[in-house]
Parts: sequence; C-alpha cells; structure tokens
Amino acid sequence: MMRSRDILGFAIRAATAYPVRTGLMMLAMAIGVAAVVLLTALGDGARRYVVREFSALGSSLIIVLPGRTETGGVGAGSFVTNTPRDLTVDDAAALLRASGVTRVAPLVLGNSEIAYAGKLREVMVIGTTRAFADIRNYRLGQGRFLPEEDWRRGSAVAVIGATLHQELFGAEPALGQMIRVGDRRYRVIGVLAASGSGLGMNADELVIIPVAAAQALFNASSLFRIFAEARDRDAVPAAKTQILDILKARHDGEEDVTLITQDAVLGTFDRILGALTLAVAGIAAISLAVAGILVMNVMLVAITQRTSEIGLLKALGATGSIIRLVFLTEAALLSIAGALAGLLLGHLGAWGLRLMFPVLPAYPPDWAVFAGLGTAIVTGVLFGVMPARHAATLDPVDALSKR
Amino acid sequence: MAQIELDNIQRIFQLGDSEVHALQDVQLRIDAGEYVSVMGPSGSGKSTLLNLLGLLDRPNDGHYRLEGRDVTTLSADEQARVRRERIGFVFQSFHLVPRLTAEENIALPLLLAGISPHDRKARVAQALDDFGLAKRGDHRPDQLSGGQRQRVAIARATIMQPAMLLADEPTGNLDRATGEEVTTLLETLNGRGVTLIVVTHDPHMGERAQRQIRMEDGRIDSDSKRPAP
Repeated sequence: MMRSRDILGFAIRAATAYPVRTGLMMLAMAIGVAAVVLLTALGDGARRYVVREFSALGSSLIIVLPGRTETGGVGAGSFVTNTPRDLTVDDAAALLRASGVTRVAPLVLGNSEIAYAGKLREVMVIGTTRAFADIRNYRLGQGRFLPEEDWRRGSAVAVIGATLHQELFGAEPALGQMIRVGDRRYRVIGVLAASGSGLGMNADELVIIPVAAAQALFNASSLFRIFAEARDRDAVPAAKTQILDILKARHDGEEDVTLITQDAVLGTFDRILGALTLAVAGIAAISLAVAGILVMNVMLVAITQRTSEIGLLKALGATGSIIRLVFLTEAALLSIAGALAGLLLGHLGAWGLRLMFPVLPAYPPDWAVFAGLGTAIVTGVLFGVMPARHAATLDPVDALSKR
Repeated sequence: MAQIELDNIQRIFQLGDSEVHALQDVQLRIDAGEYVSVMGPSGSGKSTLLNLLGLLDRPNDGHYRLEGRDVTTLSADEQARVRRERIGFVFQSFHLVPRLTAEENIALPLLLAGISPHDRKARVAQALDDFGLAKRGDHRPDQLSGGQRQRVAIARATIMQPAMLLADEPTGNLDRATGEEVTTLLETLNGRGVTLIVVTHDPHMGERAQRQIRMEDGRIDSDSKRPAP
C-alpha cells in the first residue's frame, strides 16, 4: 500500500505542475473565504461600534417609566404604557436616597413654539435638572447648563441646542438674550455643543429648561421619565431593586413603574446586529459553495487531462482506492491552500477597512474565521470526492489509449 | 506447468449493435523466460491479447492461469497487486508522467508498492546506472531523447523485478538505430530470465524472437518456434 507521505508528495507535484488551473481554483476558494472574513469583520465591527457608542452614553443608566409592562427590552410597549399613578418630582428626589444611585434627573417632555426676534419654530422642550447633562454626557458650546437649585423652583432660564442657536441667532451672541417658549420668556444661559442625535432625541434641536418651569409651561404635575445613574455598571441590578422598593413604598405598595436599563437596549442592538452579521456570513458562504462547485469542475477537467496518467498508474499496479486518494488529496490540498490564502486576504481587507475607518473595529469574529475555513475545506473535499471516484473507475485500457 | 496458460479465451466488444470478436477461442502456453513476438494486421486482436495477459482487461469467457493461479476470478485490487509485482509494461508512446523527472518516473511502481524512500533511492540509482541514465536522473521526459525515454520506461517496467515484460510496439515511435538499441536492451533483460512478449508490426523485430505468434481475426493463425541456437 502506498505511503501517505508519498500520496501527499505526489498530489503536491500534480497540483504545482498546472499552475494556472491550481491558481484559479485557489483564487475561487480564497475569494469565498475572504468574503466571509471581510463581511463578518464589517458586520461585527458595526456591532461593536454601536455597542461601544451606547456604552459611552452611560452603561449604568436606568430609565424609570410610569406604568407596568412585562417587556424586557425596548419594544413598542415600553413607550406606550398606561399610567395608573404618575411619577412626580418628589418620586425622583426620593430616588437619591438609594445607595446604589449617584445621580437622578426627572424629565418632562413636550412640544412647544419657540420665538426670538420675530423668528418662530416648533421645538421639543425638555424640563429637567442639572444632573441630566452629566447623565447624558452633554457638552456645552457656550455658557453653562441649568443651575443647581431647588427642583420645585424653576427659574426662567433655558439651554438650547446648537442647531436652534444657529437658526434663531445666526452669528449674533445668544447668551443673555430672552427667548419666548409657549407663553413664557426665558433667558438663554447656555448652548449645547453640536453632537448629532442620540437615543432618538436630537440634542441639537432641544430647548432644556428647569423641570418646574416645564411643568408650569405644560400645566402638568407628572413626569415623562426619571433618569437615574447607578454607581457603576455592576451596581445596576442592586440600584434597580432599590429604585423599585422606594417607588413601591411611595405608590402604596403597588409596583406600577417599569425600569429600562442600557443593558436591555444594548442587548437588543447586540442581537439585531449579531443576526445581521450572521446573515451576511450566510451570503458569503454561498460564494464558498460556488467555489466548491468550481473545484469539482476543475478536478473533472484535470482528470480528463490526465486520463492516460491514471491508466498508467493502474497498469503499474495502483488500486482504485489509491487513485481516489491521490485525487482527493489534491482537491483537499488546493482547498486548504486556497482557504488559507483567503484568510490572509480577508485579514488584509479588514486591516484596510480599519485603516480607512478608524472608528470601526472591523475584526472578523473567531467563529466566522473557523466557519469560513471549515466550510471551504469541507466543500473542497466534498466536491473533490465525485471527480476522484470517477478517476478511480476509469478503464485502464481506454485510459492508456488516450494520448 | 507453463508460466502463462490461456484456455478458450473469448473477448467480445460491443460496438453499437454489432459484436466484435476480438479474441476467439485462444489457447496459449508460454513458459518462463520465453521470448515471444505477436504479429498480425491491425484489428487482429494482438493488443487485446496483450491487455488480457497484463490483467488490464478481462475475458468474457475462458481461463487465464498465471504461474498456476487463476487470475480471471481475482478482484480488481488483487489484480492490481499482481500487475504491480509480476508484470512490467512497455508502451509505444512511453507513457512517462511529464511533470516527473526520470528518477521519479522510475520510482513510481516502488511508490505505489509502499517501498521506503531509502530503499527506493538505492534501487532507482542502480536502475539508472544499469540503463545508462546515470546523468539523466533529474531530467524531465521533455528533456530526454526518444531512446532515453523508452529506456526510462523500461527501467520503470523492470524496477519491481517482474516475471514478465509486456511490450506494445516498443520501437514504434523510435528511429531505426534507437529502435535497435531498445530491442537489444529488451533482449538482454530476456537473457536474464524475464519472459518477454512483444507485440509488433515490424517483421524485422518480430523475426528476432525465438517464438513467433501470428494472429488473424482474433485467432492464433500460426505459432512457430525457432530451435534454440
């Protein structure tokens, strides 16, 4: 029986003897694997980017909603809840007693009209407190944020977004000017730095006023949300329990609030983008299957080219199983070499992506690398079986008569 | 007991609707060490006979005993083993593997038999020496002359020390002088005891054999033996 080292050597000699054929086959395999590596790097990079951006917003954030829902993550239900008992500013203030909570910001939300020097537009108005800026990582372009004061006082001051500032004041200084929101007048004390959007609210088009001022403006005593920040990420579960306990005690023992944590939001995005990466990997896997079919075709052509060689090997005493093994080894070798080349190509591509978009951590996940390599080698061998069997059954007399 | 015993061999090919009797009722006894030439016009069945003798083909009917063993009933793998160990082939078009060097071509049967690289090297070096190819070991077939190619092929056919050599028009692709050289080489090997069976069109070559078989329409027409000199 032929030694396995000799079979390997023979297959390598056969593969290197036809560089164009071998090169094409390896290229097909390489493109398939590179596609898997590169696309999953892109998908996973996007996932990591989003997760990181969300974490930057404060992974220790806990949002309190009035009303009880069973939703674990973010869904339609978490925003449309019945309000059996309103959240109040006092509720928010009470949360500061929780040892796991460092900051609390009550939130009132509404739409109103803003006017300055005859210019008028519709804006979203947020009523909150000083802590909100720290919780949401707002940076100020000019002036300062809301003052630290009694939450029930509500001085007539406002902080406006960068876009609003641009539209209402243009190049004029805004600090110290009086703007009208609804039927009340406020002094502009700060302008937020341009930031783009975040969590569904575009901070650039917001007017932020003290929470009591907003309640007066909208003639409401309830809160839209309470934002609370836990000491750190690990303290979130304990802080949640404490918040629930405090609110339950204040609401006559009824648990009628819902808590949303950043983890739930993150988890949702993580799942969505993870599924996207998987789908992209699936699409790339199709190119691997195509590569496998190409391997089969090229091997079949190779067998036609080498018919007389197969006849000769049989005349020299090679059994069918040896012929099968030789051709299968060749197909496997080409697939492995192609897959490794593709791995290199994919990593190079991912490196290029990272160079072009430094914010995107485009690293292919390990599972994709293994799956890509595995699929390439399995398809290569699988599609090599048929040609190998065909070669083994060739009639030596016919095979030898072909020149 | 003869080395080769053919009894009532029939070989029928299906060509479309018609049947072609390539071999009909062939009876043949060949002793070890004989030098036999098989001649006859094209289509007379001489190549079919050679393929049958070399276990590349199976008869439709009849029995073939090689060294006393009925080889027609052996499995394909067992037949491959007999080919590997007992039979050497020499072809008209040499059938060297173009990408392999002379050395590697000669080593092929050893490779298939699973001989260790160390033994292989020694035996191939010896064969290269014996066949005057010592300086040509690392040449590929396209870097060799016709005569050298056929010598590589013969070296390959004899490297496993087979009991018989089957040559199909071994000089058909060579010029007269080189053909003469190759024929002499084959005869030398025969002189050392290997049974030599040559299929040829060339009457000059055919007449050099001690025993001449002439075929016609799949039958043995004449079988004449020259008395030993």
